[in-house]
Amino acid sequence: MTAPAEPVARGIIARGAVARILPRSAVDGPGNRAVVFMQGCDFDCCYCHNPETRARCVHCGECVPACPAGALSSRPAAGPDRPFGITVAWDAARCVDCGACVAACRRDSSPKAVTMSAAEVLASLGRQRAFLSGLTVSGGECALQPAFLESLLVASRAAGLPGLVDTNGSTDYRELPGVVEAAEGFMLDVKAWDEAEHRALTGASNRAVITNLRFLAAAGKLYELRTVVVPGRFDAERTVREVSRILVTLGSAARYKLIRFRPQGVRARWRDLPLPDDGMMEALAGLARAEGVREVVVV
Amino acid sequence: MSASLSVITDRTLTYQQKVAALAKVGEETARPLSIDPETQALRDAGVICDLFEGSAPFRPRYVVPDYERFMRRGSAFLGLEPPRDLWEATTALLVLYRHVPSITTFPVYLGDLDALLEPFVRDEAEARKAIGLFLLSIDRTLNDSFCHADIGPDATTAGRLILELSREQKNAVPNLSLKYDPDRTPDDFAILAAATALEVAKPSFANHRLFASEFEAMGLGDYAIASCYNGLAKGGGSCTLVRMNLAALSPRSKGLDDFMDRVLPDAVERQLSYMDERVRFLVDESGFFESSFLVAEGLVRKERFSAMFGLVGLAECANDLASRGTAGAGRFGHDAGTDAFALAIVERIASIVGSHRVERLEANGGRYLLHAQVGIDSDRGVSPGCRVPIGEEPELVEHILQSAPFHRYFPSGIGDIFAFEPTAKANPRQLLDIVRGGFSHGLRYLSAYAADADVIRITGYLVKRSEIARLNSGGQSLQDTTALGRNAVNNLGVLERRLRP
Repeated sequence: MTAPAEPVARGIIARGAVARILPRSAVDGPGNRAVVFMQGCDFDCCYCHNPETRARCVHCGECVPACPAGALSSRPAAGPDRPFGITVAWDAARCVDCGACVAACRRDSSPKAVTMSAAEVLASLGRQRAFLSGLTVSGGECALQPAFLESLLVASRAAGLPGLVDTNGSTDYRELPGVVEAAEGFMLDVKAWDEAEHRALTGASNRAVITNLRFLAAAGKLYELRTVVVPGRFDAERTVREVSRILVTLGSAARYKLIRFRPQGVRARWRDLPLPDDGMMEALAGLARAEGVREVVVV
Repeated sequence: MSASLSVITDRTLTYQQKVAALAKVGEETARPLSIDPETQALRDAGVICDLFEGSAPFRPRYVVPDYERFMRRGSAFLGLEPPRDLWEATTALLVLYRHVPSITTFPVYLGDLDALLEPFVRDEAEARKAIGLFLLSIDRTLNDSFCHADIGPDATTAGRLILELSREQKNAVPNLSLKYDPDRTPDDFAILAAATALEVAKPSFANHRLFASEFEAMGLGDYAIASCYNGLAKGGGSCTLVRMNLAALSPRSKGLDDFMDRVLPDAVERQLSYMDERVRFLVDESGFFESSFLVAEGLVRKERFSAMFGLVGLAECANDLASRGTAGAGRFGHDAGTDAFALAIVERIASIVGSHRVERLEANGGRYLLHAQVGIDSDRGVSPGCRVPIGEEPELVEHILQSAPFHRYFPSGIGDIFAFEPTAKANPRQLLDIVRGGFSHGLRYLSAYAADADVIRITGYLVKRSEIARLNSGGQSLQDTTALGRNAVNNLGVLERRLRP
């Protein structure tokens, strides 16, 4: 039996580091969608809910003894990507999803990320396929693996599952026309309008984010815009106002989702960030509506 | 106290509920059916049950009028001309409903309302008012949530208004089905239906392609969804529904082989003979088909009547047999081996029922239709039809894939109910995705509601939680189905259904 043909992007057969695949979700875009969480992110958001998807595993082996289920093992290995001289292997069948390995990792990574091709991702969805409207690629930050992202979007669309890209916007999408063409739409976070505030929240600049906001809105490719609200950490009013104005000016039909900060899954040192109250969220939603955004959602 | 006096003095029954209950007491004074002792023993043991149909059948259990014909021709008996506008149309239907008999004393089928009313929709504002008053009248005068209306598969203004008004009015009556066909039903209409279902527990989704192809193959053509979810020939109906309680039957066997070879075939034959006797009396002696104006005016035709062979408690039956069989057999809904012999039980029943002919009924060549009965309010530890028991439901897609293989055996009705977290209302398209996926795997009928809705689906019918509370505080409820729902909540744990995200 020959292997199925791999989608080819940029002349190579693309494989990607995948943190995990949720075969069906009702909260990651319209309808039911499979969600592919990719491993690796270039932002360090204080309120990140899945910090274990930030860094690539360096195979240090520290998580192996932490596993209570015997799902992790290590064996000798050589090479530049194995600085500790070992490879850590994860046995999905034995894993009980307790999170002990992630808690033991000092590098915001996980031993459970696997390297997959687009065809393998789609095949993994199995019988859930018939129950899906599409697929959402999330992270981590998916645009850090652009060849894989493009091949996954192309293959998914061909399989009848149009793909949404859930992105932090750190990569300039004007330089990834294949990704933009293959995607059904984008879900973009604007975490703060002010550059300094954005750096304080995420450790990174927001210039590319704002560029992407304008580019994707004008291209009619924005499905959803999001801002996570943490009182006192950035000027939420200004962020919501500026983002709303761009959406309206460029005629984007994107909805604007305003998300309350929630401590679940957040790293310990950030769990005590202040929570916004209903009044603050409603005031921000009212502001966006007043600017002319057609659909504003508070969650 | 006598049966009649206990009805008469019951403070929780409305006047209409007392009249219906007294009619039942009166019917029980006549015992014209001939029932052999072995069959009677199975009735006494709760294995065979006619679901309170009465001792002297004087009308078919389910009557499914050809309302299209009524709209075209009016009714000589009722002195009604064919309607010319929406007000006349809705009034004519309300008049006819009063005269459609059934087990409940209320009509179990109200018509494919969107198709019936759409020709009269001219001005939307006026249509909204007329259809709104029509639906209000149905809820307040047809006080039984087995009254069932259908819409679809095509999108219409009338259909959209029925959905929007159902969402606004939040009434338990009528029960409502959308005949869904992915090739004909537009997504926006289906998503509106899904959003409405999550708010008010209706409409349910009926697999139109499956029903239409089956009724075509049976030579019956157009079908209706009536009562709980019963697929029946339009312009006909079902003379009777008798059910077999498989949960009560399996303990009478020595094990799986004895059940399949001796106990089950014998009980099925007894139930068939009991159904034959009920049909005989109804057709030959009651005079219904000779005296009803519905028959005389062609609104129903005898040759379009069948009867329904029901079953209930497959899960408990399979679990009982599995527990007594080879070691390792697991629970129904979770174990492929147990599910496989549960399917074999249904196949066996279908085979025996399918080879039985009743000459008095021409529909489907005189063969009865299988029906997955949803239970009665007094059932305890007996799951509806082929459903997985509440409290043991698998993950949603696994659940649907487990259930779907059973659905093809039941053209006269089977369905699954899923309760969703209130947050699901933010994404109604996900429900449509579930429906489409399920139907692509052969699922016949699916109902859904969100856990915070006042109107909820009990087993196949709808009840308002606020009405149950009223009944529990010693008051009366307008709908007779509220009392059934209250008992089912207590006995079947209906409010404990697994919540889906």
